[in-house]
Amino acid sequence: MNKARRNPFNIAAMHGALILYTLIALFPVFVIVINSFKSRKAIFREPLALPDADTFSMIGYQTVMKQGDFFLYFQNSMIVTVASLFFILLFGAMAAFALSEYRFKGNTLMGLYLALGIMIPIRIGTVAILDMMVATGLVNSLMALILVYTAQGLPLAVFILSEFMRQVSDDLKNAGRIDGLSEYTIFFRLVLPLVRPAMATVAVFNMIPIWNDLWFPLILAPAEETKTLTLGSQVFIGQFVTDWNAVLSALSMAILPVMVLYVIFSRQLIRGITSGAVK
Amino acid sequence: MTALTLSNVCKSFGKVDVLKNIDLTVEENEFVVFVGPSGCGKSTLLRVIAGLEDATSGTVEIDGQQVNDVPPAKRGIAMVFQSYALYPHLTVRGNMVLGLKQAGHPKDEIERRIAEASRMLSLEPYLDRRPAELSGGQRQRVAIGRAIVRNPKLFLFDEPLSNLDAALRLNTRVEIANLHRQLDASMIYVTHDQTEAMTLADKIVVLRDGRVEQIGSPMELYNDPANRFVAEFIGSPAMNFVPADMIGGNTGTFIGIRPEYAQLGQTGQLNGTVIHVEKLGADTNAMINIGTDKPFTVRAFGQHDVLPGAEVGISFDQAKVLSFGEDGKRL
Repeated sequence: MNKARRNPFNIAAMHGALILYTLIALFPVFVIVINSFKSRKAIFREPLALPDADTFSMIGYQTVMKQGDFFLYFQNSMIVTVASLFFILLFGAMAAFALSEYRFKGNTLMGLYLALGIMIPIRIGTVAILDMMVATGLVNSLMALILVYTAQGLPLAVFILSEFMRQVSDDLKNAGRIDGLSEYTIFFRLVLPLVRPAMATVAVFNMIPIWNDLWFPLILAPAEETKTLTLGSQVFIGQFVTDWNAVLSALSMAILPVMVLYVIFSRQLIRGITSGAVK
Repeated sequence: MTALTLSNVCKSFGKVDVLKNIDLTVEENEFVVFVGPSGCGKSTLLRVIAGLEDATSGTVEIDGQQVNDVPPAKRGIAMVFQSYALYPHLTVRGNMVLGLKQAGHPKDEIERRIAEASRMLSLEPYLDRRPAELSGGQRQRVAIGRAIVRNPKLFLFDEPLSNLDAALRLNTRVEIANLHRQLDASMIYVTHDQTEAMTLADKIVVLRDGRVEQIGSPMELYNDPANRFVAEFIGSPAMNFVPADMIGGNTGTFIGIRPEYAQLGQTGQLNGTVIHVEKLGADTNAMINIGTDKPFTVRAFGQHDVLPGAEVGISFDQAKVLSFGEDGKRL
């Protein structure tokens, strides 16, 4: 193992494979970003060329800024994603704690019931959800989206987190009980910090689909003031004419916040892994 | 005043009875050790006393008060766990302070107790470190310190030494014994190691399958075991059991001879072949095949040259022999 790791040929092959994969993964993003800074003609003439003095144009960004309330869409997407993640993590972790920590009748059954959602896509229930949202008057509100995404994310969160919480030492929780900590304090102060890597995993898994979702915003909250970024960008894609400058600019900008969130969580993820490894 | 009284305590998990009718009293300042093989219920019993598990039936009294419905923090106990169970995100000081803060003690009182405990355990240089920066022995001392600052009536130790290496185990054992002499408190200590039990205890409780087999001082258990299980569990190397008819006793009954009460010679009450010899310097253990399932162990003091394969006789003083009936009870 060690010999193989030191062999220069192996190192080169390993790095080569990783670099190749990185290039393939980043290429579409790269194309979107460079083309968002080019004029419409230049996009079609040479899609892979970098913008130069002739082809450089901010027209796409200008269109995006002028048309529609782009910052509002941005804000809506951000609110929906962050609030959904918060509720998924909070309720998921609490349910997972109860399932892994307390012995009660129907514990296993409850666990299975909560995990069932992993196998059944929530979109099957779209009509019923829409009915419910209409009945409760939540249509065209961000709350509708937050509730649906929370429901969508909970099954996987409960499943992953309860597995991790089973590994937290019983002695530690019992030591807390003897020191007079309440169950809530034990949960928030002792258990949550120890399952932080798992929380980060759950957050990353849930964040991207929520941010990118078009289905539920289109159905539950299509009003101008509740449009999310993905839905808002659709105005530039028409049946006959598509404003590619605007679409590419909108997409380029949409990458940024989700990347920031990802960096935050992935750092947690790495910190969690390494802190366990070097103990 | 008794520190702890258990009457008729039972505990079952579903259909499995883990503890069956446990009765026990612990006097003030007594050091009681629960000992038994894995799965005998000793840790569960400790958890019931601590209040981490509820007794299915029976009563638990600490310091004269029934505490069945009192939460662990209000029982006047402190517990030291096998895995130390230190709060990983708090410093040594933070670990010790937390329980006192929760109980609402005044600040200067907390400071005084921490200073006292860290002096007793020589933890002063480490007060601002986190558990991850400490060695195993230091972590165990912090765990003990966290128990001491609570100033409990009753200390509970759950196999506190089993994660330490042999040398450290001996030191910490002495430290715990010292601590017991200095502190005005009763201690209950769970272990599966009979050496720890013998060296620390005022009173040993031998448990098997959720039942108390015998309660007594270490020497009582050693000299006067109630049954074959206790006789075999206490003492190392373990007692030898020989069917009584091999030396002219009743068929079906057994006699027990401690390895240290038997001598090797040319002839003796029993004869056999040496199959293995362990030389420990201070004494020599010889295992002799006398035709029973388990070899007969003879412990000779000092260094002896016995070779495997030699034919030897085993002699012993009849007065030191214990007799056990077919059911394992002492006759």
